[in-house]
Order: sequence, then C-alpha cells, then structure tokens
Amino acid sequence: MGISIDELNSLQIDVLKEIGNIGAGNAATALSKMISKRIDMDVPKVNILEFKNVAELVGGPETEVIGIYFKVNGDINGSIMVLIDKKSAKMLANMLMGRNENEDDLDEMDLSALQEVGNILSGSYLSSLSTLTNLNLTMSVPSLAMDMAGAIISVPVILFGQVGDRVMLIETDLFEGTYHVKSNFFLIPDEDSFEILLKSLGVF
Amino acid sequence: MIDIIKVGMADMNTTFCPGVLTTLGLGSCVGICLYDPSTKIAGLVHIMLPSSAQIKNNSNEAKFADTGIVKLVNEMIRIGAKRNKLVSKIAGGAQMFNFNDTSEVMRIGSRNITATKDTLKLLNIPLIAEDTGGNYGRTIELYSETGILLIKTIGYGTKQI
Repeated sequence: MGISIDELNSLQIDVLKEIGNIGAGNAATALSKMISKRIDMDVPKVNILEFKNVAELVGGPETEVIGIYFKVNGDINGSIMVLIDKKSAKMLANMLMGRNENEDDLDEMDLSALQEVGNILSGSYLSSLSTLTNLNLTMSVPSLAMDMAGAIISVPVILFGQVGDRVMLIETDLFEGTYHVKSNFFLIPDEDSFEILLKSLGVF
Repeated sequence: MIDIIKVGMADMNTTFCPGVLTTLGLGSCVGICLYDPSTKIAGLVHIMLPSSAQIKNNSNEAKFADTGIVKLVNEMIRIGAKRNKLVSKIAGGAQMFNFNDTSEVMRIGSRNITATKDTLKLLNIPLIAEDTGGNYGRTIELYSETGILLIKTIGYGTKQI
C-alpha cells in the first residue's frame, strides 16, 4: 500500500515544497523565454489543503475556471493539472499573443494558446522534477476544460481521494508589466508512485 | 427566507420542509438525492468514489457511493423519514477531461454512476430521475417542499427533474 499526503511528516512536506519552488521557477523562466519578456514571480506557496477548501482558492465552486490536465508516465505514474481562473487565463492568452483585449470571453484561439502554455509550464516543471530525482518521466498531450471550479477540481481531488483526504497544490503568481496571472499546479502521483518519488528524493 | 444548506465534497446533509439542499460544481462526483414525499424529508450526499472496498483510507463514509447512500438512508430514518417511501434522483458523473485512451481513472464519472445505481437497486430505492454523464459541471438544488431537483450548468442551460 502506498502512502498519502495525510501521512507525510514535516521533512517530506518541506522537500515537496522545495520541488514545487524549483519547478515553478523553471516554469516561469520557460514562459519568459517564450514571450521574450521579463516575468516576475512571487515565491510559490505550496499548500496542503482539505478537499472542501480547494475551490475557495479560485473564488468558490461555481466560478468559471480553466483546467489543463496531463497524464504522467515513466518511473512514476500520475497526473498534473494546471488550474487558472478565467481572468488570469485571458491575461495569459493576451500576454502570449501580444494583444490587449478587454473581452472576458475566451475564443478557440485563446484556448489553444492556453493549452500550449499549460504544456510548457508543466513540461518544465516535470523536467526539473526529473532532474532532481533522476526519474524518467514523460507527459501526455494536454486536455483542456473550462467549467465550474468545483467540477474541474473534482478531477484531481478524486485522484488524491483514492489515498487520502487532502490535496497538495502549488500556487504561483506571475507578473509581466501590468499582467498578473495566478496559477495553481496540482501534482498527483498515483498510489504506489508517491513512495517512489519520496524515496528518490531521499526522504522515505 | 428558506434555508439553503450547502453540501460539500464527500459530505452529506438532510433537511425538513421547506429546507433546500445544494451542492455546487459537481464534476465527476455524483450527487444523490433521497426524498420521502410523505414526510417531506430530503437528504443529499455528494460522493466522490464508487466503492469503499478497495480503498485503504475509508473512514469518511460520505466519500463513497456504497457507504454514503447507506449512511444517508440511516440518517433520514433517524429523523423520521419512512424507509419504504424513499425515492431517489441523481446528477453528476461527468467526464471533465477527454483522452483517447480512456483509462480506469479517467472513467471515474461513469463508474460513480454505475456504483450509485447498483447501491440504490440493492437498497430497493426507486431511481425516478437522473441527469448524468456528459463533460460539464452541475450545481444542484433539492427542494424538500416538492422533491424537485434543479440543475444549473454553464453553457448547457438549467433544468428541473
């Protein structure tokens, strides 16, 4: 049987937090390279939350948000989900395409761009994880959904829920000029993979 | 002013008339509404996973279809509902993300629906209406006055079942 987020000790949590920091930093760098602009970032916050509190982070369960989901395979299996509120998503899309629209709605083009950003952010995150752990990791193509936060969050929550009652997420705030993008990463190792991950980090 | 009682993920609640039970943003989870028209007692459980059997950490009964429904039935009987009058309506069980190779994990929505129906059948509680599947989220409200279940979505309209 694998172990769950609920059972981690403080050293293990600290190590996971540090990975979150490094991963988010690399993800911001990758984004910055892509748009050839300086991107500032707040120190990422790594949260371990109970299910019911997750939706509040993005404005409640009925707020419309974007989720970009990837499957992770290789030495460990699991998933990654990037969660962005609609306003941040629009800003991110504008940032990428170098335009300044004020419309709230996201069109096909925006969604496609977001999917690509999700890909880059998750990819750089995963590659830093892979470097740190010496584990071989690959990632699926992205799948994007735009809907109520509660519904989108139910996906990682269910995956975490198979082993525990809490989730781990990394909250990253990115800034470029007047743009401010809030994003949340969920890293969800499968039941048996969690132990492998912790072992390869030397904390199990 | 009618009380609107929120039911979170892996949680349940009951109400007497004219209370309203709601759960916001159901995705792959399933909202199971039980109603006794004779006493107007309503109950709602928001389950996340099909079965408590394969899961190590299964202390929260409201998290699973099999144990959650049983717990809700017991609670409703405790506050005065009649076991043989109970009817059910269910909503949720969507598949939020699409992948070509639909693994077991991604099909969790439909597995939740199946487990819910199996449990209701086992308990002999008639399923009188459902709004399940699809790839979108739902907010549901159960009115104990009438037993009507209101379903709201983003982009897929609002309906009553």
